[in-house]
Amino acid sequence: MTIEADSSAKFAEYAHPERLVSTDWLQEHLKTPGLVIVESDEDVLLYETGHIPGAVKIDWHTDLNDPVERDYIDGERFAALMSAKGISRDSTVVIYGDKNNWWAAYALWVFTLFGHEDVRLLDGGRVKWEAEGREYTTEVPSPQPTEYPVVERDDAAIRAFKADVLKHFGNPLIDVRSPEEYVGDRTTGPGYPEEATLRGGHIPTAHNVPWGKAVAEDGTYRPFTELKTLYRENLGLADDDDIIAYCRIGERSAHTWFALTHLLGYEKVRNYDGSWTEWGSAVRVPIAVGAERGDAPSK
Amino acid sequence: MGTADLNDHLPPALAEIREEFLAIEQPERLTLLLEYANELPDLPERYADHPDLLERVVECQSPVYMFVEVDSDDIVHLFVTAPRESPTTRGFASILATGLRGLSVDEVLAVPEDFPNTLGLTAAVSPLRLRGMTALLGRTKRQVREKMAA
Repeated sequence: MTIEADSSAKFAEYAHPERLVSTDWLQEHLKTPGLVIVESDEDVLLYETGHIPGAVKIDWHTDLNDPVERDYIDGERFAALMSAKGISRDSTVVIYGDKNNWWAAYALWVFTLFGHEDVRLLDGGRVKWEAEGREYTTEVPSPQPTEYPVVERDDAAIRAFKADVLKHFGNPLIDVRSPEEYVGDRTTGPGYPEEATLRGGHIPTAHNVPWGKAVAEDGTYRPFTELKTLYRENLGLADDDDIIAYCRIGERSAHTWFALTHLLGYEKVRNYDGSWTEWGSAVRVPIAVGAERGDAPSK
Repeated sequence: MGTADLNDHLPPALAEIREEFLAIEQPERLTLLLEYANELPDLPERYADHPDLLERVVECQSPVYMFVEVDSDDIVHLFVTAPRESPTTRGFASILATGLRGLSVDEVLAVPEDFPNTLGLTAAVSPLRLRGMTALLGRTKRQVREKMAA
């Protein structure tokens, strides 16, 4: 059973309008059977302070990452997580969160690795819901466990590894971090702690399009025509381009991956989740510093 | 090293906070952390009007500012502010503010640097997020040292 898409005029212009819902739409559909609302935040306690009525919490770190290896959970654990959260394979999942939906987009991308079909983002996330004075509750739902099938994660289509990036030179690479991180002055976003990445800079040839350029003042994605200018025209992207986006650990680039894939309709976009924390510490990988994109290494 | 060993070097209030966390299961630890977050006192007015006196804890993922006072009896007073939308950080700040309350300079300087990692929160909160609390403790000690040297 599929729940009707949000038919807002703004969304209709996007390549896949059914991937976004507005706060109005969500308000109207709060109690719709088959809909599960998921909150995914940077701050692990924010959900507990108040969340959209009926929403369950999925934490990017403690729920979606493998506790030992730097990787995502496997199919079995994902199935167990979905079951515990009351999500069936055919549920419509709407995800929202703090920090402009970084972690919400990241969770949506992980859901996509497991092929969960109907997963949508709340345009504007927590900030917009809050700014509009909408209701929060601290009541934590106790969903009925579901029979979620064990589906193996399929990384091939939308996830890039370091080896893939090394083979990617000559194709579009988008670094979505801040200019300070791109040029190599910082290894984390302004306002964030400097972490132990050993080198600063960017992957040679990467364009720098900070994720925030895709976002309007109220936290929602910019309209189709503006996104088209930002990515397609400014970077000269072609329809069938093979694109890789990265940031520091893959959360901000999940936000850009969403825009490129679902809003602009590019079919071959991968998120390099190893991102700068891997590349900037890896041995013998090429790095460019400064504002110039730099040249692809000679083979 | 067991908890008892660790507690030997820990001021009673901090030891008690740790016992409190370790006595409960993971999900309840988050609830307890949230209670601490809600109890973080507002800044005294003399700082509320003087943001210039506050030091930014850049290791935290949200804007956290702190200031240390040492009074004439060598008692340390820690003031911290963190935004409402960052309850985890507020919780950490509140634990330290509560646990260090009324301690002398020497007692504060003797608090083990790794105290934040011993609260049993690494699984529930992730080490990345605990880093801010370690930094807050480190900055508190540094300010105490600077005040004593001045």
